[in-house]
Amino acid sequence: MMIFPEPMFWMGAITGGAYRRGFHLNMFCMSLNKAECREEFAADEAAYLQKFKMTDEQRQAVLDRNYLEMLKLGANVYYAFKVISHDRKPPQVMYGQMAMPPLSFEEFQEMMLNGGRSIDGNRSVKEQENG
Amino acid sequence: MARIVAGMGTSHVPGVGAAMDNGKTGEDYWVPLFKGFEPIREWHKNNVPDVNIVVFNDHATSYALDNYSTFTMGVAEEFKPADEGWGPRKVPMIQGHPELAWHIVENLILNEFDMAVTGDLDLDHGCSVPLSIAYDQPDAWPTPVIPLLVNVIQYPQPTALRCFKLGQAIRKAVESFPEDLTVGIWGTGGLSHQLGGERAGVVNPDFDTKFLDNLVDDPLANTRLSHTDFIREAGSEGIEMIMWNVMRGAMNEKVREVYRFYHIPVSATAYGAIILENE
Repeated sequence: MMIFPEPMFWMGAITGGAYRRGFHLNMFCMSLNKAECREEFAADEAAYLQKFKMTDEQRQAVLDRNYLEMLKLGANVYYAFKVISHDRKPPQVMYGQMAMPPLSFEEFQEMMLNGGRSIDGNRSVKEQENG
Repeated sequence: MARIVAGMGTSHVPGVGAAMDNGKTGEDYWVPLFKGFEPIREWHKNNVPDVNIVVFNDHATSYALDNYSTFTMGVAEEFKPADEGWGPRKVPMIQGHPELAWHIVENLILNEFDMAVTGDLDLDHGCSVPLSIAYDQPDAWPTPVIPLLVNVIQYPQPTALRCFKLGQAIRKAVESFPEDLTVGIWGTGGLSHQLGGERAGVVNPDFDTKFLDNLVDDPLANTRLSHTDFIREAGSEGIEMIMWNVMRGAMNEKVREVYRFYHIPVSATAYGAIILENE
């Protein structure tokens, strides 16, 4: 039995399940730490993604910069960070896009400047559903 | 003998380093944060130890899913700032302290803490941002650094209690080092933040304040927090706070709080800092 079952309260946590599902997706993200890999990815994103044993769904999520989908497919946010950095965009763009409902960069910044998202109602899926 | 003289806790948000490196600290967004750093820097100017042990985590920079140890100690002569995807930060090389690092590693392993050891590692913002917060922008960092990396990303992370006990074992190891050295220890990361997923932007000032209060007066209370407590109350990334327990475990039972600073937001994070001196 897994001690940390899936789903954990929140996607993006690298539990054993997410580790297995997201291994190649995360290792692709990690590769962008190297300048030569960033160049190769920039030159032909789809071809570069073929070098990793990812699923087609995972590749599409990267091409679409659909960060929420990437997380659902096993990515962790610190790994996804490499992709938004590659695009030379601030991470708040990614955080806002993943948020539900989605927030623009400006909206996300404003939420944080107003003290951030309240923990009340957000401790668990159950608490969130109960509003 | 060597001894631990002081501890610092600080968040290590990469945006802080970027703001400094790109000359943005005068912008409205950053002014309150850097104002809050002033007493930290003033204290550090007057309290430079011979060595700092910096407890932090690698953020998919040098370590990833292919090989990620629970606790890793850096024993190299020096460490480069890492390329985390946008080129390395233009900050000084970080000098190590191999003699003390090896002494600690040997003692920890004989004390049942099975450390991983690295002699070649590029260090990411987890280490360089705390140095920038404490020491601003010098030509060279004023102390050598022993990096201690903790897995806080991949489940299961070490428990909050294990981190505290590691701190206790580090203290014992330091105190058996024959040379007369003063040692600082920094716990970094946190405080509450949720970067990924649908509740991105969650912070929890009540939880953070309680954690900081306990850190001073009732540190064992912070060792009873579970993985689930952190993910629920402090966001998925809030579990970085277990690294502050390593620092606290290395300090005396009674400590003096010299300074505390708390500020929201830094990027999507609640920033916290604390300086503790042994009573």
